[in-house]
Amino acid sequence: MFLVETLQLAFQTLRANKMRAILTLLGISIGVGAVIALISIGTGVRRYVTDQFTSAGTNLILVSPGRMQRGMSGGVFAQPAQLTMSDWQAVSSNVQDTLLTGVAFNRSTTILYAGKQSAVTVNGVTPSVAEINNWTVSAGRFLDEADTSSRARVIVLGTSVVKDLFDDGDDPVGQTVRINGLTFRVIGTLNSKGSSFLGDQDAIAFTPITTAQERLFGTLSVGNNGERLISTMYLQAVDDAHRAGVQTQAINVLADKRKIAPGEANDFTVISQTELVNSFGVILSALTIFLGAIAAISLLVGGVGIMNIMLVSVTERTREIGLRKAIGAKSNAILNQFLVEAVVLSLIGGVVGIGIGIAGAALATQLAGIAAIVEPGPIALAVGFSTLVGLFFGLWPARRASRLNPIEALRFE
Amino acid sequence: MTMTAASAAPVIDALDLTKTYTIGENVVRALQGATLKIYPGDLLAIMGPSGSGKSTLMNILGCLDQPTSGTYRLDGVDVKGLKDDQLAEVRNHKIGFVFQSFNLLRRTNALNNVEQPLIYGGVNARERRTRALAALEAVGLGQRWRHAANELSGGQQQRVAIARALVSEPAIILADEPTGNLDSKSGAEIMCLFQRLNEEKGITIIFVTHDPRIAGHCRRIIRISDGKIVADEVNPSPLQACSDIPEA
Repeated sequence: MFLVETLQLAFQTLRANKMRAILTLLGISIGVGAVIALISIGTGVRRYVTDQFTSAGTNLILVSPGRMQRGMSGGVFAQPAQLTMSDWQAVSSNVQDTLLTGVAFNRSTTILYAGKQSAVTVNGVTPSVAEINNWTVSAGRFLDEADTSSRARVIVLGTSVVKDLFDDGDDPVGQTVRINGLTFRVIGTLNSKGSSFLGDQDAIAFTPITTAQERLFGTLSVGNNGERLISTMYLQAVDDAHRAGVQTQAINVLADKRKIAPGEANDFTVISQTELVNSFGVILSALTIFLGAIAAISLLVGGVGIMNIMLVSVTERTREIGLRKAIGAKSNAILNQFLVEAVVLSLIGGVVGIGIGIAGAALATQLAGIAAIVEPGPIALAVGFSTLVGLFFGLWPARRASRLNPIEALRFE
Repeated sequence: MTMTAASAAPVIDALDLTKTYTIGENVVRALQGATLKIYPGDLLAIMGPSGSGKSTLMNILGCLDQPTSGTYRLDGVDVKGLKDDQLAEVRNHKIGFVFQSFNLLRRTNALNNVEQPLIYGGVNARERRTRALAALEAVGLGQRWRHAANELSGGQQQRVAIARALVSEPAIILADEPTGNLDSKSGAEIMCLFQRLNEEKGITIIFVTHDPRIAGHCRRIIRISDGKIVADEVNPSPLQACSDIPEA
């Protein structure tokens, strides 16, 4: 029998049992919809996270103590590795092709003002760190070189700190706050970067690195070799093409400076923003696939629904099958008839499911504020999978139908 | 029965057909050596009570089943040893079935019902339609091709079924109790239609029945009992159904 006739027949039969067909394909629709919606949400989250990283600065390379493996700190050292100011001097004076460089020493502490307090990470930084990380001031000014060389007790506050310490309408600039018994003059406030999965980015305060190391944290900032410690070096390559080169230079300079023998593991980590983004991307992709796979289970359940209905249909139509065989239908014609019917059901279910999935993604965008991204790939995947489900679960009932004995089928009551 | 019919090659040539079933430990010998020849243009009845083996014989003659032993040639084709799909092809081209319960696709229109055998025969859509309409015309339902089967009366449904049997221009029409589900008037009309098709178009028609009224309209009556053909007689004066349709 030809495909056209088989298709016509399938649609005729489905029309004749509209309600049943709709309920059956609903199972598939929900499955396909769930797969599309969840993958779209996952893709959206991944894009959002990537954007967050990019907002921290492009072509950025971070140098930090200790060894990182696949984004996790996993190095085992006799003593925790430390980077010091002399390491920074070596890097900043020897690494070429950088646009901006900066260094930070940070510790968590508490800022006090007028009986209120705010838990915060105080970053002692060189002035360039603001520009490298895309921090901008909303009032006052950022740190400058004079602050660094004079070890000035000045501070720039993030919006969360301002909210904790000051009432609405108060101008923090010019006020004096206390940290660890020292007074600091507020010289500026920062624009918000918002919070993300990384935590509240605005719970931050900047002081000159010299002030932080020598006046604020004192012995806390002294390393095992008596030098001042640092937390992170920031190197911004002149452009994307030089990123890898800058990274390699930094590694070589530091390995040389720290006298790390060839073949020995580095006790520091040089990682580019791009690598960080990628490693998070991998995790989030895995999460997206995981979500999609869970949704795919509901597709399988929908497939079982199809099988159920097709089995009922075969029993119900036993006489029809007997008649068709009597008038000359070969086994394959009967097999195809029922198989096409199951596939048409799941295909229609899949198409309806695309609608449900897109609607679900739009709803998630509304509710979560993270734009879900609907891509053609997952849609094709979901519909393709649903068709396979229809084929797979339609096969057994269809085989049963095709193997009926025409005499017995015609006699069936 | 005319001499011209007898001199042509038989459309059905069955020799010593047997059929044995095993049900559990019981061996049922449903058919125990049936031999018969049927010539083109014949109108005959195979009669017998239930359990006589007439259904078994019909299934074998209709190529729905294979005999345990014996040979069967239908329209020159030796059916023995054919596979299921080959039998399906033989049924499609050489046999038209008419059943007691019509067996139409209920929600499908008359035309589409009649087209079904042609679909399996691989006939293209245009030719299918032409031939199906002609077949409906021949059974007097040319105007009603659009009606779904379940919108038609019993007599009309059986006409659609006859059109479906005719449409592939088969060698024989096998009618199994075709009037069993009809009132006497519709039954007479159906018998009238069969007789007309037989006389005007020379179509070979075989009734399988236990109803003596059907047999009375045939020119030849084969009686079967306990799996054996016990009588094969000529009916010298068949009843004419078209002239005794009762007034409504």
